[in-house]
Amino acid sequence: MTPLISVEGCAAPLLQANIDTDAIIPSREMTRVSKSGLADGLFAGWRYRSIGSRERNMDFVLNQTKYQSCCILLTGANFGCGSSREHAVWALHEFGIRAVLAPSFAPIFEANCVRNGIAPVQLTEAQIAQLADWVSVDPAGRPVRVDIAARTVSAGTVFNASFSLDPEAVEMLLTGRDVIDLTLERRADIEAFLARDQPARPWIYLS
Amino acid sequence: MLTAPSASPRSLLDKLWDEHAVARLCDDRCLIAIDRTYLHERTGSIALRELAAHGRQVVDPGRVFATMDHIVDTTDDRSDATRMPGGSAFITATRESSRAAGIRVFDVQDPDQGIVHVVAPELGLTLPGCTVACPDSHTCTQGALGALAFGIGSSEAEHVLATGTLRVRKPRSIRIRIEGRMPTGVTAKDLCLTLLARVGSSGASGAVIEYTGSVVSALSMEARLTLCNMSTELSAVSGVIAPDEVTLEYVSGRRYAPQGTAWEQAVDQWRHLYSDPGARFDQEIVIDGGGLAPRVTWGTSPSQSVALDAAVPTWEASALERDTFERVIRYMGVSPGQPLSTLAVDAAFIGSCTNSRLSDLRRAADVLRGRRVAAGVRAICVPGSMAVRRSAEAEGIDQVFRTAGFEWRKSGCSMCFFAGGESFGERERVISSTNRNFESRQGPQTRTHLASPETVAASAILGRIAGVSDLGRA
Repeated sequence: MTPLISVEGCAAPLLQANIDTDAIIPSREMTRVSKSGLADGLFAGWRYRSIGSRERNMDFVLNQTKYQSCCILLTGANFGCGSSREHAVWALHEFGIRAVLAPSFAPIFEANCVRNGIAPVQLTEAQIAQLADWVSVDPAGRPVRVDIAARTVSAGTVFNASFSLDPEAVEMLLTGRDVIDLTLERRADIEAFLARDQPARPWIYLS
Repeated sequence: MLTAPSASPRSLLDKLWDEHAVARLCDDRCLIAIDRTYLHERTGSIALRELAAHGRQVVDPGRVFATMDHIVDTTDDRSDATRMPGGSAFITATRESSRAAGIRVFDVQDPDQGIVHVVAPELGLTLPGCTVACPDSHTCTQGALGALAFGIGSSEAEHVLATGTLRVRKPRSIRIRIEGRMPTGVTAKDLCLTLLARVGSSGASGAVIEYTGSVVSALSMEARLTLCNMSTELSAVSGVIAPDEVTLEYVSGRRYAPQGTAWEQAVDQWRHLYSDPGARFDQEIVIDGGGLAPRVTWGTSPSQSVALDAAVPTWEASALERDTFERVIRYMGVSPGQPLSTLAVDAAFIGSCTNSRLSDLRRAADVLRGRRVAAGVRAICVPGSMAVRRSAEAEGIDQVFRTAGFEWRKSGCSMCFFAGGESFGERERVISSTNRNFESRQGPQTRTHLASPETVAASAILGRIAGVSDLGRA
């Protein structure tokens, strides 16, 4: 995974609560056994005029010219709820999104973000509304900056806030390290666990 | 096992956590051993392929099981070909990758095929005191057996397959006590919808919910699976219920459950799986079971429900932002103050990991017996597993469904969601025993109303949203 140190650029507001992964990428858009080729299906139900068509709905924020270079999403609480499909994160990433700013995230979606180089940034609803207001005047000319190591979000001279993200998530984003390799470094711990557990709970270990 | 036995009271979550803690990582993150890993063709196929592409092995394939449930067709003539465009690639990829890795597959034509959260408990794969991981958000269902069950993404599934562990922060804990006695005709599904209406769709964010109280103790194992199923709709990490006699009776004798002396030994351990008196929870919620009623959703979130005999709320009563409320009302084609019972339905669906087990089908069949689905209503029943289907057929339940005018299908997730294949029609109104009423979830612009299987059956007969109690008056 490519390390993500910071993100700076155009932020697009999609200020709705409970945007589910079915909305982020409808199941019908996941047509191949693959992590790629998904950006086209991102928010398909809202981005296009009708199901199956690719005629753009220009009312939808991501279709508007001023948000074309968007790399940050400003959104509502409980973002990414519903299905566990990691395709939602793969689609956002392929579209160019590197940070999602929301009052809260669904747990599986949040973990999926960290695994794929998207920063899940938790700010208050008021902070997000403030950012959205400021950005909307001139989205391209008013970039938002997310600094992963410092855990801060800033915008011009008007906005500066810190956010919390657990140390392992920060580490994952900053280094882009393969987490499986990291866990396999604890192989001795895993083997010690199995050596204790197998005699204690033999029914767990099917041949 | 990492923590020394202490005198301080522990919750069920604490016990399950401690017993599976392999190592403490940075911060409050632990490496947790996973006892059972389940895959399905929708997300498992990608996880297995990626793993192989990186030259990694499945560490213990004997404890990994795959099933074809998400996009496999449910019609009698089904095969690897699917109505979903491109669907067969998911099936063949899962089959080939599983075979290469030595993973048992409950394949398209296998008598054990079915929805992963129906099949795993039914076969005795998921046991009290075990940890479960599956790249599916409804994995929380299986916590009903007293297991710690994690719904995860595909990348995390790769991690479990390669290491037998998950790296997780300990979730916060919520205890939901449901006391008293539920009135006749109120089901676990109505309880789920009540909880969602009460705490909201992020009301248990990041938590493991322990369901307890006299109502939970009195629920059958299948009803408990329904209750835990919708924990993810509360944005919880999982749900769990302490194993008791109901659990032991359910698990005993199942194919993969321990037998003989191993069973005795297991039961001895499982008897310690409860929250000690005085155990600390981050939050407690108490629900009066006696005050519950059958419910149905009116909006596009499972938290938007009312009692069956009530009306769509006004904006003021909805607790939603004005524009959100307007959007929901428009999508659903309902108006504020409109009684739900005035809404005609185009279709009725009984199925999904929420409500497709034998007891669900029996209760629906009791409603349908001797009655006919209203003209113009398309009604479909999809048993949760082929075993459920066979048991239902042995009891003649399939005949009740068919005679009433329901399609009787083979098992799978089916039309719980629209993957580009079979679906309900544009703007059609569907009464459904599933778990999500999101926009376009069941079909393009389809309007979904969630309810219990008996409410779905009653509504199918009357051709409008209705409860079992409305049938006598028809």
